[in-house]
Amino acid sequence: MLQLCNYSQQLMQHNANSTMRSGDGEIAVIGGGLVGMAVAYGLLRTGANVSVFDEDDTGLRASRGNFGLIWVQGKGAQMPNYARWSRRSAALWPEFAAELLEYSGRDVEISQPGGFIYCLNDAEAQASVARLQGLQDALDGDYPFEYLGHNQVREMVPEVGPDVIGATWFPEDGHVNPLYLLHALHVAFKARGGRLINGASVRAVTPHAGGFVVQHGHASTSGFARVVLCAGLGNAGLAPALGLDAPVKPNRGQILVTERLKQRLHFPSVTIRQVGEGAIQIGDSKEDVGFDDRTDAQMLAKLARRAISIYPFLRDVRMVRAWGALRVMSADGHPIYEQSTEFPGAAVATCHSGVTLAAVHALTLAPWLLGQSSPIAMETFSAARFSKI
Amino acid sequence: MPRAFRKFETGPDAVNAGPLVVFDFEGRSITAAAGLSVAAALLVAGVIEFRSTPASGSKRGPYCMMGACFDCLVEIDARDNQQACMTLIRAGMQVRRMRGAAGVQVAPSVTSAADAPAACVQANDDD
Amino acid sequence: MRPQRVCKLTMMTDSLEGPEATPGPAIRRTADLVVIGAGPAGLAAAGTAAARGAKVLLLDEQPQVGGQIYRNIASSTAARNTVLGSDYVAGSRLLRALDEPGISYQPGAKVWQLTDQREVYYSVGTRATMCVATEVVIATGALERPMPFAGWTSPGVMTAGAAQIMLKSGLVPEHDIVLAGSGPLLLLLAVQLHRAGVNIRALVDTTPRQNRWRAAPFAPQALLGYDYLLKGLRLQRDFAATGIDHLRHANDLRAVGGDAISALEFSAGGVRRSIECELLLTHVGVVPNVQLTRSIRAEHEWHGVSQSWQPLLDHTGQCSVAGVSVAGDGAGIAGAEAAALAGELCAFGALARIGLLSASQGKRRIAQSSEGLRRLRAGRPFIEALFAPASEFLNPPDSVVICRCEEVTAGQLREHVALGCLGPNQAKAFSRCGMGPCQGRYCGLTVAQVIAAARGVTPQAVGYYRLRPPLKPVTLGELASLDEDDQVSSAAQVL
Repeated sequence: MLQLCNYSQQLMQHNANSTMRSGDGEIAVIGGGLVGMAVAYGLLRTGANVSVFDEDDTGLRASRGNFGLIWVQGKGAQMPNYARWSRRSAALWPEFAAELLEYSGRDVEISQPGGFIYCLNDAEAQASVARLQGLQDALDGDYPFEYLGHNQVREMVPEVGPDVIGATWFPEDGHVNPLYLLHALHVAFKARGGRLINGASVRAVTPHAGGFVVQHGHASTSGFARVVLCAGLGNAGLAPALGLDAPVKPNRGQILVTERLKQRLHFPSVTIRQVGEGAIQIGDSKEDVGFDDRTDAQMLAKLARRAISIYPFLRDVRMVRAWGALRVMSADGHPIYEQSTEFPGAAVATCHSGVTLAAVHALTLAPWLLGQSSPIAMETFSAARFSKI
Repeated sequence: MPRAFRKFETGPDAVNAGPLVVFDFEGRSITAAAGLSVAAALLVAGVIEFRSTPASGSKRGPYCMMGACFDCLVEIDARDNQQACMTLIRAGMQVRRMRGAAGVQVAPSVTSAADAPAACVQANDDD
Repeated sequence: MRPQRVCKLTMMTDSLEGPEATPGPAIRRTADLVVIGAGPAGLAAAGTAAARGAKVLLLDEQPQVGGQIYRNIASSTAARNTVLGSDYVAGSRLLRALDEPGISYQPGAKVWQLTDQREVYYSVGTRATMCVATEVVIATGALERPMPFAGWTSPGVMTAGAAQIMLKSGLVPEHDIVLAGSGPLLLLLAVQLHRAGVNIRALVDTTPRQNRWRAAPFAPQALLGYDYLLKGLRLQRDFAATGIDHLRHANDLRAVGGDAISALEFSAGGVRRSIECELLLTHVGVVPNVQLTRSIRAEHEWHGVSQSWQPLLDHTGQCSVAGVSVAGDGAGIAGAEAAALAGELCAFGALARIGLLSASQGKRRIAQSSEGLRRLRAGRPFIEALFAPASEFLNPPDSVVICRCEEVTAGQLREHVALGCLGPNQAKAFSRCGMGPCQGRYCGLTVAQVIAAARGVTPQAVGYYRLRPPLKPVTLGELASLDEDDQVSSAAQVL
């Protein structure tokens, strides 16, 4: 299923001279991670012709480091529309998962039982409650969070330790297997007629003759009517040529994973969840270290220590692997969705919550990119917000 | 049970000519030479199946005997997923096969902060 | 008579732990040189460095020194020495290294992280220690090449190395057994087990027929290390003398049985055969253990003749990470004698960089060791080519499990390649292949070969897993004990 477009230099020239409309409705999605694949799948299901460009095995791939939460609680405190966007996605997730199962045969193990943010001291509790209260106010009361004291938490989660003084709870939170999700998206995309071109980075995307030229690998080019940039950290470099702005920077999160255990944690929390196979995932850090995706023992030690405070049984459980992944972070941490006004047909989509937003990316964002309206005001997510003083 | 491994020396050089250790394997008492790994001692006792895997329940036994393959995982003294080939036998040890994923015991009920194990420890400076 | 000499096992300083270390706060220490691995390369490196005044920490995960090849040598017996052979016995001279007062030897030490700042994290029991070193020598040796075939995960299927480990504890298989695979170590094991009175029903030899042509171009170079070749010829002769049934050019192996192996099926001479056995010992060569060097992102190169990765080293044995050297089979398979020489060479390089040896002295010593190494390594390409593994073990059929930990088959991996998976790291993401506790030790090479064959490129182009600490599983408690802060940290709250 590898279709490499190999053109010689002469052919490139010839094609460049002729019309680049190699078929109306041909869309290129740059990036085959969780954002790119969800957008591409969403475009495909509207009936469009879609090709995804993905790089090789050594790419940074934020998707590989995703924690797997479908998380609403606490998001958008500074941008209520982001809270609405996340909630919408959480609500769309069950039907999205069912559709992926139908087209890929792959169960992504979605579970939305509600989730906790654990508080180990009064300051944490106050901060978490204040944040959620602010969101509830901004959303006119439509934000069903609760604060639970230690004993109430213990009733739901017997494993919590005495250091947990309480937790905030949100019923719409959940989790999914992010690797299965990526796999399912690939299979469903292919099954429904999508094309994947991989093995080489896209070097540039440029407007040409009413369409767009994608330069990838050493000499290949391809022409498309529309293009969507979903290349994570690569968006920053690709966007300007299309009259777009994608000021994103890497932000490192480290995760450690334990040996497989029998199922015992039924609710995810924002930093600890148990996956389907039984391993427990523990995150997360927020580090400004450039493009360094390595782990360091000091940070892992801190993550381990906090995890043991929350669940004391973890003290004797073994870490089997750990990794660092680079989040694709905008200045305010919220997504950037924008359609180019200078070059209609070009767009950019980037966020650091590729799992939570996968459903809304496929079912709402993709149609919006093709001109349909969205129930949520999308101009909030424009990169223009960064140039406001 | 057929013996899978045996000593090949006799007399004072034989592996079991020195001190012996008695340990328990799933209710069965096993005597073996001190200094042997749990894996070696079980192999001498005729046990070649040490666990069933979490993923599919397939039976596994020791494969590399040098701590690299992680197929010889057993439960030792209520601690799950111990590498049998990397653990020396000890008198009174309780060894059981691993059946699937580790199931960690919840610590005896810790109801107050006073009961809790120390959440942090200071690093010692040596040298 | 059991020899009186017992391996030096005890605390040389207060800060070394006994084998049953109790949990407690993490320990911090420093050393001029940390040597990881106490086989021939590690012992030689530690002894050489300590003799010239370096403060050395020698770490090894086993309870005694010797690595795999000289396992239990300090407590070996006359009868075992006879069975194991003179090469094994020769290793005991290396034990002298432990007499050096400057060596702190820590057995039972599980190294789980090494950083490019030469911080060595290890645990003894559940007690974690971090040692900052001026220089590090990695001497973790080799692993057996994964040999996947139908039924290889059944109880009763073990490696030749496993059987040698048992031999070195005075133990041999009880019943009639079968050996299968290829390579000098398999022949050596057959001779050793035969000496110990084990009945070997057959040695099912999978060495491909065309290997003799592949190896021929390397023969002239091999003559430079003629004593190595002579050793090989002697081994062939000893094996022939055992009378063990030698079934050559066998292929299409399958271990059959329910909960454990009951027979080995294979094809040889155009006939499908089956031999009953309760224990099958397999071997298809050894490859460098690159876990540590991969985890610090040292540069590696692919060796086509030996179908394996090796770290790139300079003439002092230093890899692409400053202050970290690799000695012994971990740098390229060359055997115990070469490993000891390489250990010395790396020690000289480290000593010179520390300043305990003048530059000119260092240069001279390194040149001497290099010369010896050249001779010892001369025969390797010939041996590697002669015993190159059959393609069925590099690129197995669909139904064969290639990742033992996560039970992923070759066929499943090929499906992922068809979906666009280009290399082992994507394979991990798609299939969990390589995510288990062995960290790719028994699947990394196979995964690269399967993907390479499916894509029509070289294994070199496909690459290897991105390895990260922990190199061996470590409890969260051990990990947490390394946190230096007073308070438990707050959550990052990245929402």
